[in-house]
Amino acid sequence: MKQFKGRPVVAGTCTAEALVSHGGFNTLASFQNALQFGDKTAKCGDQNNADLYGKPMVNTALCLPQTIGSTTGGMVLYCANVMKRNPTCMLFSEHIDSLAAAGAVLAAVWADEPMVTIDCLGQEFLDYVKDGMKITVSEDGTVTVE
Amino acid sequence: MDYKMILTQEEQDILNGSKGEAMAKVMKTLVLYGEAFGATKMVPVESKMGHLVTSFGLKVMKPVYDLMDQLIAGGALSEQKFSVDPKPLDPKVPANFLQKLIFNKFMYSMQDSYDAQLSKLGLIDDKSYTCTCYMDEVGNVPNKGEVLSWAESSAVVYANSVLGARCNRNSGILELFGSIVGRVPYFGLVTDEGRKATWIVEVKTTKKPEAQILGSAIGMKVMEDVPYIKGLDQWIGTELDGDTKAYLKDFGAATASNGAVGLYHIANLTPEAVEMGESLITEDAQVYVVDDAELERVQANYPVMWKDKNATPKLCFVGCPHLSHAQLIEWTDKVADGLKKNGLKKVSVPTVFTAAPAVVEEFNKTPYAEKLKATGVILSYICPLMYMNNPLCKKMPVITNSNKLRTYTTARYYKSDEILDIITKEAK
Repeated sequence: MKQFKGRPVVAGTCTAEALVSHGGFNTLASFQNALQFGDKTAKCGDQNNADLYGKPMVNTALCLPQTIGSTTGGMVLYCANVMKRNPTCMLFSEHIDSLAAAGAVLAAVWADEPMVTIDCLGQEFLDYVKDGMKITVSEDGTVTVE
Repeated sequence: MDYKMILTQEEQDILNGSKGEAMAKVMKTLVLYGEAFGATKMVPVESKMGHLVTSFGLKVMKPVYDLMDQLIAGGALSEQKFSVDPKPLDPKVPANFLQKLIFNKFMYSMQDSYDAQLSKLGLIDDKSYTCTCYMDEVGNVPNKGEVLSWAESSAVVYANSVLGARCNRNSGILELFGSIVGRVPYFGLVTDEGRKATWIVEVKTTKKPEAQILGSAIGMKVMEDVPYIKGLDQWIGTELDGDTKAYLKDFGAATASNGAVGLYHIANLTPEAVEMGESLITEDAQVYVVDDAELERVQANYPVMWKDKNATPKLCFVGCPHLSHAQLIEWTDKVADGLKKNGLKKVSVPTVFTAAPAVVEEFNKTPYAEKLKATGVILSYICPLMYMNNPLCKKMPVITNSNKLRTYTTARYYKSDEILDIITKEAK
């Protein structure tokens, strides 16, 4: 077990299994099929992301450095959130990027159930965490990996 | 709720509901968004017009339309007129019966009602659907130094880098919020510090690099950082003329879609690099060398998503981002010459060139319009990305010279010369 201290962008508590992207997470490419064609498990559709391609993202603790790609990104995350096709939480090793922050904040202000979002967890977090590990997030941004 | 950001009395009043609940939520969203980046204040949006990324009436985007309805009902309309990304449908673009049924009845069944929402919120006019709003023919061209509230990754990187405007890589919806309250949080690419380069890219190729591959390589390497690019001016010159701007449009779109670049500087060419030179580079900047081998390595790693890798292409898209007027003329000449050389009258692969409605309108006034029509190429205002974004097109072997289209769809990337060769030769 190991703990990492991050910064809550959207604070909250949750527990979920880790799903890890070591490269940038392309939000539009990852979610577009899931949102359009009724895939309730939200399998990642980003062909350039060897870590995640084809893996379900719903109810996971999505661990990533940052998001990349189209500026629809925040809106796509917001839609995924309202449609219940979002990860339980998003855990960023680096400082959150502008698109992911938009998605997290939009969900926090305009949706019923905000998505817990923690950033600045550090590269060591991303090196340590592996798919399937149990993740517990505390209100203060502490992430426990076991 | 306490906020760290220092707000003016007017901003605080809006946050407290002086202009209604919808405006209060818009302001709250922008404040929380800014605070995630340590913004200490809001700054006025200075451009005449905005630009939105969301142009498609996808049925599944109901959460967005519901939010737009809340804005309209609450009187939270845009303070400035705006353009928006291209439409996802155009009857001129080839589609079979099943595709048309799926496009019109299922996928984009909300298009008309969403278009009406955009009009109420502040869309300039019916011709303002393009990802290249900064073309002279379209007229949404911000001035150097102006603060923008735009989205569309390719437009933002162009406005920042080529025009010297100041805009963060805003998300869809957030860009509209900035236009509604006329303010954006002060952080990132809006600040002097945020525009400093943390990467030096040394271009050491033996020929002019393909814009789409060079942009892809740099985007994948620097991600969201700002690169200062040396050595490219030897290939594309030191003047921001039409050809160079078109090159930078395609280059920038690839940096933004294959990575998350919002601003690049090119030595001796882009406005801030000309003004400030290497003082734009931070002391601890990393270095990335791009040579012929690196570009070949990058291209070789693009996955081919076709089920049959040897399939004959059934459709070709050129123009993601939308082509400029000069690019349309250049492609028209090249296609006509290629067909003549190969003894053909029409392109051998159904081919669609895309451009802004206003650019298409101007192009259609020239003799080139008839020349292009004679080759069989279709000229459209469509968004190829949105067209491709469904299971039927996913199975189609589509080719493109756009790295952005390659990234988001199953379209297969070829260099522009290779595309020209494929579409002007007898099909296998």
